[in-house]
Formats: sequence, C-alpha cells, structure tokens
Amino acid sequence: MLRQLTALLSMSLQTLPQRLGSSSVIVIGIAGVVAVLVSVLAMGVGFRHTLADAGRADRVIILRGGSDAELNSNLTRNDVDTIANAPGLAKDAAGKALLSNEIVTVVNVPKIDTGTDANVTLRGVGLKLTEVRPELRIVSGRMFRPAVRELIAGVGAARQFRGLEPGNVLHMRNADWTVTGVFESNGDVHESELLADADTVGSSLERTGYSSAIGLLTSAGAFPAFKDALTTDPQLKVDVQPEPAYYAAQSKQLSKLINVVGNTVAVIMAIGAMFGALNTMYSAVAARGLEIATLRAIGFGALPVLLSVMAESLLLALLGGVMGASLAWLFFNGHSVSTLGGAFAQVVFKLTVTRALIVTGVVWACIIGVLGGFFPALRAARLPVAEALRAA
Amino acid sequence: MKFFPLIWATLWRKKTRTIFTLLSIVVAFLLFGVLETIDYAFAHPSSGVTGADKLITTNKYSITLLLPYSDAAEIHAVPGVAEVTWITWFGAYYQESKNFVFALPIDTDSYFNVHKDEFIVPENQMRAFRGTRTGALVNSALLKKHGWKVGDKVPLHSTIWTQKADGSLDWTFDIVGTFDARDPTQASAQAQTVLFHYEMFDEGRSFGKGEVGWFEERVTDPSKAADIAARIDALFANSPNETKTQPANDFALSFIKQFGDIGFVLRAILGAVFFALLFLTGNTMMQSVRERTPELAVLKTLGFGDGQVLELVLAESLLLCALAAVIGLALSYATLPVIKTALQGIELSPSALLPGLGVAVALALVVGLPPALRAMRLNIVDALADKH
Repeated sequence: MLRQLTALLSMSLQTLPQRLGSSSVIVIGIAGVVAVLVSVLAMGVGFRHTLADAGRADRVIILRGGSDAELNSNLTRNDVDTIANAPGLAKDAAGKALLSNEIVTVVNVPKIDTGTDANVTLRGVGLKLTEVRPELRIVSGRMFRPAVRELIAGVGAARQFRGLEPGNVLHMRNADWTVTGVFESNGDVHESELLADADTVGSSLERTGYSSAIGLLTSAGAFPAFKDALTTDPQLKVDVQPEPAYYAAQSKQLSKLINVVGNTVAVIMAIGAMFGALNTMYSAVAARGLEIATLRAIGFGALPVLLSVMAESLLLALLGGVMGASLAWLFFNGHSVSTLGGAFAQVVFKLTVTRALIVTGVVWACIIGVLGGFFPALRAARLPVAEALRAA
Repeated sequence: MKFFPLIWATLWRKKTRTIFTLLSIVVAFLLFGVLETIDYAFAHPSSGVTGADKLITTNKYSITLLLPYSDAAEIHAVPGVAEVTWITWFGAYYQESKNFVFALPIDTDSYFNVHKDEFIVPENQMRAFRGTRTGALVNSALLKKHGWKVGDKVPLHSTIWTQKADGSLDWTFDIVGTFDARDPTQASAQAQTVLFHYEMFDEGRSFGKGEVGWFEERVTDPSKAADIAARIDALFANSPNETKTQPANDFALSFIKQFGDIGFVLRAILGAVFFALLFLTGNTMMQSVRERTPELAVLKTLGFGDGQVLELVLAESLLLCALAAVIGLALSYATLPVIKTALQGIELSPSALLPGLGVAVALALVVGLPPALRAMRLNIVDALADKH
C-alpha cells in the first residue's frame, strides 16, 4: 500500500504544474491567513514581553493602598522613610536600603510618525537607581545628573517620539530639560519612558510626595515578611506587589484583547481559505477523473487514492503556511509600535515572531489543508470506476 | 435584464464550485464589514461632547497636571466664550476595578450651560440634584447595569482622590436622578458616566484643593473657535500652568490616535484577505469560462456580438460578487451589537458598510475582465473545433 501511495503521490506532484493556477489558490489563501495570524499574535507576544516580563521577582513596587497604578498613587516622605526601614530590603555597602522613591507623571511628546502629542511617562527616580535597576544601561550620551534639569530617554521612546536625541532640549512646565542620554533596559516597559532625578521632577511639578517606591529585596523569598511588615503597620496604607505581578495586571486587558482579535480574524479568514482549498481540490479531482479511474481499474486501492489527494492538499497548505509565517517574520519581526498601555501612558514594544508562533501558524495551515482536502479525497476514492471511464 | 435567467443558469453550472467561491467571498466581506466599522469608529470618535462650538482646555505639558480653578474667570472674560465649566478626572470604579465608572465632579450651573440641551434629566430630579450636596446623576444605562435605583446610596472607589476626613478613597453618593444623552450617537460614550457636585468634591478631597483637570468652553461663533482657542492659551502663556485649547472633537481624535495606527492594522488585514480572494475568484471565473468555450461559441454563432459576450461574462462575475458581498455585509451588520459590547464606549456606524458595495464591483471587474476578454476574442470556428 505504501508503494501505491508513493507512486500516486509522485504522479500527482508531477501533474501539479498543469494545475498551477488553481493550486496557487490554496497556497496564497493559506499564506494570507497565516501571515495575519502570526503578525497579530506577534503584537501580543511583543506587548507581553515588554510589560508582563518586566521586572524581577525580588523587586517590589509599593503604592498607596487602592491606587491600582503608579500614576494615581501618592506616598508621603514619611511613608517612604518607614518603607526604607522594613525588613528584607537589600542594602548597599554603607548600609542604606536599595530603595528608589519615584515620581511618575506623563508629559506630551509628539509621535514621530503622526506628529500628534502622545502621553509619555516621565519617571523621577531616586539616587539608588542603578543599584535597584542593574539592568539599566546607557547606550549613548551619559547619565543625567541629580539637581539639574536633565533626563535620559529609553531606546523605545527615542525611536517613537520626537526630539529625544542626546543634546536636545524639551520644554516642560516653564523649564527646559536637556536630554543627556539614551538607555536600554532589557526591552522592558521602562524603555518607553523618560528618567530624571525624582526631587528635580518633584520641585518642577510643585509636588512634595512620591508616586511609588521601588525596592530590591535580599531575595524573592523575603517578600512575605517584607509585605507583612508594611501592611500591618497602622501608620501606612500601602499595596505591596512583586514587580512582575504589578506589570502583568497592567497589561492583562490589552494583551487579552489583541489575542481575541487576532484569533477571531484568523478563524474567519481560515474558513474562507478552507472553502478555497475545497474548491481547488474538487476541481483537481475532477480534472484527474479519468486518470484516477484508470489507476483504480489497474488495481490501486481506494485508501491510497484518498491519502494521496489529502497529501497533495496538505503539501500545498504546508507551503502556504511556511510562506505566510516567513512573510510575517520578514516584514514585522522587530517592527516597533506603540500604544496607550494600562495607565494613560504610551508603551513602546516590538512585534516578536517567536518560534512557537511560527509553529502555531504552520499547524493552522495543516488543519486547513486537511479539512480542505478530505471531502474531495473522499470523492476521488469513491469514484465509480466504470462510469468515469465511460464518461471519458 | 432579459438575459438574467441565462446568467443565473451559467452561474450555477457547477453548483459546488459556485457555492464554495460564494462562501469565500461572503467571508471576506463579513471581515470587511466588521473591520471597516471598527476603523470608522476610531476615525470618528464620539467624545461625549457634541458640536463644533465646544473647546477643551488642558494643561499644555501633561493631561495629568491640574490647572487652577481661578483660570475659569479669566477664560470666561475672553470675547466669544459664552460659558466655561471645569471638570476633574476622578478615576472611579464600583466594587471591582473592572467596573469602571466615568464619574465627574461638575459645577452644575456652568456644566449644564456649556452642554445646553444635551442631556435629558427629569425636572424634579434636576431640582433634587441641585438641592443635595452628595447627590449624583447617573446615566440610565449605568443605573440598569449595576441594578441601582434612584434613592440608593452608592459607594464609588476613586483610585486618585483621598478624603480629607479619613484618608479613605471611597466616596458615597446619593443617586437622586438619571440622565440620558439627547443625541443618540453620544449614548455609548456616556454609558458609564456619573455626574456629582464639584463643591462636595473640592471640600472633601485631602489635596489639590482649588485645582481642576480641564475646562470645557462653549463659544458663540464656531467659525471663530481657533481664534478663541489661541486667545485662551495666550492668557496663560508664561504662567507655570500653560494651557492647550483645542476643539473637543480634535481632543477626542488625538486621544484615540494614541492607541496607535489602528487603521493601518485593519487595512493590512483586509489587504491580505482581498489579495487571496482575488486569486480564488479569478481562478473560478477563468475555469468556468474555459469549460464553457464551446457554449460561448454557440452563442456567437447564434448572433451574439463580441461585446455582448463580454458583457455576459462580466455580468456573471458581477452577480457572483454582489450577491456574496450583500450576504457578507448583512452578516457583519448583524454582528455589530456583539462588537459594541466587546469594545465599550465606541459608536458603530452602519454607513461604514456602504463602501463594501463599491469594493464588490471593483472585485467583480478585476476578476471578470480577463475571462470576459478571452470570451470576447474567441474565434467561433476554433472554439467549436475545441482548438483554443
């Protein structure tokens, strides 16, 4: 039987060039489905990578209780002093807690592509910045200096928003701020932000408190004790979360929406492509009616005929799937886009076509190919031999 | 028209093929309808503020920075400004953070003056609102959603504003009435709105006293709106709180634009869909004409002109595409309510479906023309002899 199958398959592949026009319908239709599916899901993966994977399990974010997001939160100087003394925080050589008191606000910066204002996060950070966030690396220019109006821009922000090259001056609230450098931060959400000295930002905003405090713990295991110490303190009303949990909550809604939209569109497109595949395979079977009937007459079994038709459809679908996934990868992998994230501020992220996404796309292609090939294959296998021969 | 039965019959010559082709086109136009309405909704956002006579003044450098309430008097003095009101972002939810409530502290007199005749509020409820310090007017859709009743006390959690009295973020309101938007296109933009008193908010909050989120102005002459906006901004040009004043519709549009180029994503998807469809339908039409070569030759023998044969094939292509497009667009029209619940706060306009018919005609011409030309050029003798 296997020999029959290979013989049939090589025959149908040899005649494939004659059916090039209609066969390309399967390939192109499925390539379209897979390209759209992979590209949209790549958006979701990129967004999740930027937000949900931001942060470390041993780093905590402390907000005023009930605030949900840094932008809404407000901590007093007393609050942050109490937090700095809580057990479990890592210390520097001088015994000072690795805690960065931060002020988060959004500022209007025009987007490069549209020229319209977008809300970009300006984050005032504490002096312990580089110890609390060791992944932060200046890639051009230099670090800002405290007590002067200088800031550094994330690489994502510099790519999407106007005027963030080192040496440029931004005018904000009656004062000029100089961009001194551009930084990288493992591709996380901070690369969409501008960083400056917290107290300088605070004085410019006429704000006395902070938005949040970011602390590095001695280990992730120290979290429960640290959290208990803060939440049981009657003087404090704060929410304490490990960074990954905070950012996962911030990104949940949008990444869910992207996935739902991507899958819905792809399912609808897949149905359309399946009709196309059915059409092509039915006409392929019809065109080869005489040939198939002859083969059946000289002793080829029904099952090998069925399998060979399905194999042809699967092969074409596979080709389409690989083409679609490659197109998505070629055009969109690493493509940088930005959107309004969880809390009123722009998040810059890159479309990420992962290996898993390519596999997903090819699996979808195979499913469409199998479904589109099955019924025509069934017809081919059931072809009444005598009638088909007579009709010719 | 008298050839309709002929076209209809040739269309269904191969039933399975026509049905599958039809279904593929239906699916494409279903997607077209859904994505176009979403694109249209994002390109024409409803701000909850109607009319070209409305301006919005925000902080120039950041929408999160507040403006002094005292600016209102200066703005009101600008010639051409009929009325000005001030509003602040309250960032509220009811019980759980997913139950977002668009609660706004308003100054009753000026608010309903700026938004003249935009809300339907029963007169006795409006009186009750004015007379109740902790009173709130709730959009009737929101009232229904949470099962509230007029007379209920409802706690709303603000993610921003703590109360002076106890530092709590929970504020309690007395529902004294409901309101509806008079303009039905604004209904979904206002479906989560609660209006309450600025006085109560300003006295109750523990910080930010005397500062407000933004101003909304009504101007007497919309054609001078740009000029008036510039004058307002000039008032505060060198203050610590510079302003940015723009027409309310522009404000909504620039906010929507921040979500990114949604239009591009949707058009890219549609591009992929229709590119694949072109091949599929084009292939079907070509096959169908090729199979019918002898029949077409017979038609020509009977005296049909070359042009008439061309028209017949084109009409067949048109019939196929238009039929499928109408079914597809009708299906997408039927899904609009589902999308509306999924994407809260956007207004979907069925008029976005109309370009679909144009696309159907274009598609029909592109896929129908090559086989139609082939049919036109058929030489009777060759075609009958099956030498073509």
